[in-house]
Amino acid sequence: MPVPSLHVLILSALLFAIGVIGVLMRRNLVVMFLCVELMLNAANLALIGFSRRLGQLDGQVVVFFVIVLAAAEAAVGLALVIALYRSRRTLDADQLNLMKY
Amino acid sequence: MNSLLLWIPLLPLLGFLLNGLFGRRLPKPLVHWIACGVTGASFLLAVIVFQRFLDLPERLVQADYFRWIESGDFAASFGFLLDPLSMVMTLVVTGVGFLIHVYSIGYMWAEAGYYRFFAYMNLFMFAMLMLVLADNYLLLFLGWEGVGLCSYLLIGFYFHKPSAAAAGKKAFIVNRIGDFGFVVGLLLLFVTFRTLDFRTLFAQVAALPVEAHYGVLTAVTLLFFVGATGKSAQIPLYVWLPDAMEGPTPVSALIHAATMVTAGVYMVARSNPMYGRAPETLFWVGLIGALTAVFAATIGLFQRDIKRVLAYSTVSQLGYMFVALGVGAYATGIFHLMTHAFFKALLFLGSGSVILALHHEQDMQAMGGLRKHLPVTAATMWIGALAIAGVPPLAGFFSKDEILWHAFAGGARGHLVFFGLATLAAGLTAFYMFRLIFLTFHGRTRVPEEQRHHVHESPRPMTAVLVVLALLAAVGGFVGLPAWLGPNAFRDFLQPVFAQLPPADGGAPAPHSLAQELAVTGAAVLVGLLGIAVAWVVFIRRGALPDDEKRLGAAHQLVFNKYYIDELYDRIIVRPLTWISEQWLWKIFDAGLVDGLVNGAGALVQGLGDGARRVQNGLARTYLGWVAVGAIGVGLYVLFLFG
Repeated sequence: MPVPSLHVLILSALLFAIGVIGVLMRRNLVVMFLCVELMLNAANLALIGFSRRLGQLDGQVVVFFVIVLAAAEAAVGLALVIALYRSRRTLDADQLNLMKY
Repeated sequence: MNSLLLWIPLLPLLGFLLNGLFGRRLPKPLVHWIACGVTGASFLLAVIVFQRFLDLPERLVQADYFRWIESGDFAASFGFLLDPLSMVMTLVVTGVGFLIHVYSIGYMWAEAGYYRFFAYMNLFMFAMLMLVLADNYLLLFLGWEGVGLCSYLLIGFYFHKPSAAAAGKKAFIVNRIGDFGFVVGLLLLFVTFRTLDFRTLFAQVAALPVEAHYGVLTAVTLLFFVGATGKSAQIPLYVWLPDAMEGPTPVSALIHAATMVTAGVYMVARSNPMYGRAPETLFWVGLIGALTAVFAATIGLFQRDIKRVLAYSTVSQLGYMFVALGVGAYATGIFHLMTHAFFKALLFLGSGSVILALHHEQDMQAMGGLRKHLPVTAATMWIGALAIAGVPPLAGFFSKDEILWHAFAGGARGHLVFFGLATLAAGLTAFYMFRLIFLTFHGRTRVPEEQRHHVHESPRPMTAVLVVLALLAAVGGFVGLPAWLGPNAFRDFLQPVFAQLPPADGGAPAPHSLAQELAVTGAAVLVGLLGIAVAWVVFIRRGALPDDEKRLGAAHQLVFNKYYIDELYDRIIVRPLTWISEQWLWKIFDAGLVDGLVNGAGALVQGLGDGARRVQNGLARTYLGWVAVGAIGVGLYVLFLFG
């Protein structure tokens, strides 16, 4: 029995919400980064759900692009995190507030 | 002819540009050679033009050089109108102007700002010639304002002296009041007739009847007369002229005696087709003129400053000219303008010679007995004083006598009053002029001992000018002989200008009676001689001095302080205006309202910005929160829009 599309979407929405909340609530940059990945994958899940529902492959193709993009982003993002940690000795987002009024 | 005419005012302008731009670097002799050269050349041109002008079949030249302003149906050309009236004015202005330029070489030689003085003088000549040659009211107004500017600059020539700077400002501001009337008159004239060109305008005016009551012409002429009271120092705007004596003496002679102050007289004479049709205005012109003549003459009685006596005398003589205009004797007014230019320039330059000899002492208390030291000055000033007192056969006799006769024979409302006042003024004039002569040149010298050997006659250029002007003051009157002596060449020459008058006011005196005319002449001469005799008794026989006049008490105080008119104006006009400006316009309107609006707008933007920048707190999570809020907002919007 195939999984109904609605369930896929609910799961996707939940994952996305968890991601958003994680980004907003957590202060550790690595965790915030993970949460962003979570949001990306929630979107991927929704794309695949629609792709199956509509019987078209377009959505799955887009997902591949997103995965590639996420990989690239992870490389750049983690490099920044490491560089930041080396200079500031902290990964607490609330302490990185130099760029203000 | 046209191009010759154009160069008459252009040459002084050229001199102004040369001296004004490069004068500082030029050697002094070159400066005065330029300045006197251009005015002299301008005078020569005027004489040449005059000769050709006499040969013209119709003595009228209108030269249009270019369109000056064109806007809608308004057009003003840059053009000159040469008719007998402007011819006389041009000759007087360039002739007397040239003489005074030459005199200034000696008088101003030791002064700083030599080039500046001559540059302004040349600019003045240019503006004055524009004024008299203009063929429309707008160009006339350009010259009118130009001479006002030069007057301001030259009164304030010693600008480091606060009193001179204040006098310059006073002259300028008082003239502004008069000019306001003039400008309103110009606007009214244009709105009514759609042109400001003399010939077109007067052709239209000639078709109008004489205004029995108030009408447009009466309004325009009255407004113009307000302008004339400012420029020609008549009641109530005469107050600037005595203060204008702060300027160098040649300036007083040229601008504040011979030429500029007569601009109002010229303007009224030029507008004679309008004035001739506005008897109500003429009455006021005559009345103001007669009152000013007497009023200023009485102030002149007790002044101690030699130049101030002459200044009030000028105001008084200008009043005379307005009496002539007021009784419709325009040619006579211009005649007196010309003779006055001669003898008053002479008197001023003579007083300048005295002042220079005494190292800028102007109080007559400290003079006396100077005729031995300054023989030429004394002799020429005697001639000038006799001329202004109306002693025959000097120039002043003819012109003054003619004015009195016209006033006497005019017959219209108030003319006999004008005659009475003018005769009284003639007596006063003779008295104060000879008071000046006796106090300055006669009696025992009151010059301090240690200065006496410094007193010597002025240099040659100055005395030469005095002699020439004395000659003019002596014989200048013969061009306008009274009817019982011969033809009046001057009036016949000017006749075409005043021919457009309605027949009743033809310019010639009404029914002639030789006995009456001789009686008026005799009375005028007698009054003049009486004034001289009284002055002789008081200042020679009794040997009175200005200090002795204080014994006259309150009357002397009142007159010596010029009837406290300056104080009165200060109290009722200047101070209320300053008060309103300071308390209302400055403190409430400007500092409160205008500044408040401007500063308020600034403060509002600053406050808003200060609040808004708090959003920018540097925390990435806050920004992300706003992104989320935005995304949810967009989502909800789309949902409600399409859902």
